[in-house]
Amino acid sequence: MLKVEGVAKAYKKAGLFSREREQVLADIHFACDYGECLGIIGESGSGKSTLGRLVLGIEQPDRGSILFEGESVTKRRGRAGKISAVFQDYTSSINPFYTVEAAIMESLRLIGMGGQEASDKLDFLLDQVGLDRSYRQKHPHELSGGEVQRVCIARAVATNPTCIVLDEAISSLDGSVQMQVLQLLKQLGQTYRMSYLFITHDLQAAAYLCDRVMIVHRGRVVETVAVEQLKDVQSAYARKLLGMVML
Amino acid sequence: MKWLKNALHDKVAMASFTFLVLIAAAGIFAPFLAPHDPKAVHMDMRFAPASWEYPLGNDQLGRCVLSRLIYGIRPSLLWVLAALVLSVGIGGIVGFVAGYFRGRLDAVLMRLCDVMLSFPGYVMTLAIIGIMGVGLENILIAFVLSKWPWFARVIRTSVRQYAEADYVRFAKAIGISDWQIMTRHIALVATPDIAVIASSSLGSMILQISGFSFLGLGIQAPNAEWGMMLSEAREVMFSRPELMLAPGLAIVLTVCAVNFLADALQTALDPKLGRSRQKPQALVSALDTGISGKSGR
Ligand SMILES: Nc1ncnc2c1ncn2[C@@H]1O[C@H](COP(=O)(O)OP(=O)(O)O)[C@@H](O)[C@H]1O
Ligand SMILES: [Mg+2]
Repeated sequence: MLKVEGVAKAYKKAGLFSREREQVLADIHFACDYGECLGIIGESGSGKSTLGRLVLGIEQPDRGSILFEGESVTKRRGRAGKISAVFQDYTSSINPFYTVEAAIMESLRLIGMGGQEASDKLDFLLDQVGLDRSYRQKHPHELSGGEVQRVCIARAVATNPTCIVLDEAISSLDGSVQMQVLQLLKQLGQTYRMSYLFITHDLQAAAYLCDRVMIVHRGRVVETVAVEQLKDVQSAYARKLLGMVML
Repeated sequence: MKWLKNALHDKVAMASFTFLVLIAAAGIFAPFLAPHDPKAVHMDMRFAPASWEYPLGNDQLGRCVLSRLIYGIRPSLLWVLAALVLSVGIGGIVGFVAGYFRGRLDAVLMRLCDVMLSFPGYVMTLAIIGIMGVGLENILIAFVLSKWPWFARVIRTSVRQYAEADYVRFAKAIGISDWQIMTRHIALVATPDIAVIASSSLGSMILQISGFSFLGLGIQAPNAEWGMMLSEAREVMFSRPELMLAPGLAIVLTVCAVNFLADALQTALDPKLGRSRQKPQALVSALDTGISGKSGR
């Protein structure tokens, strides 16, 4: 379904006269199947978020191709609503002027829903992420981090996507809330049979949710293993990463 | 429409807004409101004190001060407002395009702004008056030319920042068009910023146009304009100081109202602040514009 081949991305280094480019991603290959949850793990600065933006079609890769159901993701109309996203920073993931209702309605309008049908669907979605109707008129600053992420998840699944990119979606939440949101994601993934691209630096969270994990280091894929075989990773970097968790 | 509710609860803001609307309406309907012809000279009534027929008295040529004040609203407030809307409009479009699309277009547009901004506003205005001659239209043209790059730069900076927000990323990710993102998201969050910079520069522009008229570069006699009325009253400043009062107060009150409104707008438009806000800021910024406006003259 999602096929990433030979993707590379470089950014211009900061500074007025600098012509140097910083290679953020190099030669990335992977694929993600329908209903699969692929974890992308790496330390901070390893290029995970950049990869996420490329997969979402927000930015273009310098080289290589990213195909979603056989079509390039950079074609906006082709992917409309089929790939969705949840981001890390809950303070800026909903427009501060929008109510919860307006935020979710944006997604519903995209798939051509309106009127009573959309209103019913909105209640259904809110219920599904564990919020009640009273949240409809609230603004994001009136919600806790966990609640915002729940609204973001509702908004993301509203377009009935085939795939959701979760970029550190739980990393800025507190411990127990993290677990609740993880459980919600797991349950939604089963009901909708969506595939997840779960980007995180937290190996344990990835191990809980994912079927496979891909370990990224300095913009390169180090190793891809099934979660059951996490203990048998080959590469030195993956062992080190795993060792930190095991200790 | 929560912000409207917020604004309605702020008494100072409401008072300022009502005041400005009334003033603007008075300017538009000047021919119906003004008791006399603002240009009619009555030499026999020079410096006549206030009377029933001439509520604010007569000036050094016996013209009705109230009528001149009312007609003066047009250049002093309405034309300045038009120039402001035009420059914010141009600056807004340029700023949105540059801030949202970035890249080469951004670089080209911003260099253009830099070139325009490298001339100080007053030099630009004086140069245009020098080339095109003295007059209100030329000052207004100069205002638009010298202000839009500034608005473009400020608006671009805020658009650029908002375009980075995760809600914009999400909208892009699910495939909402750039046009819709700009109108539904960025225009919405950038409106308070734009409203604040626009209204705070309205105050200084009113002062500037009065300043230019005071210097005799703006509107030409015998037309009425507040700055020009002040300038005319200056000649009799010691014998008839009360003649400075009417135009002076008109300028001060209008600029204050604009500044109070600018400040209230900022707080009212911020969804996070809701109905709790602090006021003292308004005074500071009112003084601020006043000082910069004066030092510019
Ligand atoms: N828009 C950008 N412009 C320049 N450099 C960027 C940009 N986005 C990311 N980078 C650089 O790319 C590197 C990887 O960033 P990121 O993908 O956010 O990593 P991660 O999400 O794994 O922490 C960082 O060194 C960052 O400085
Ligand atoms: Mg990141």
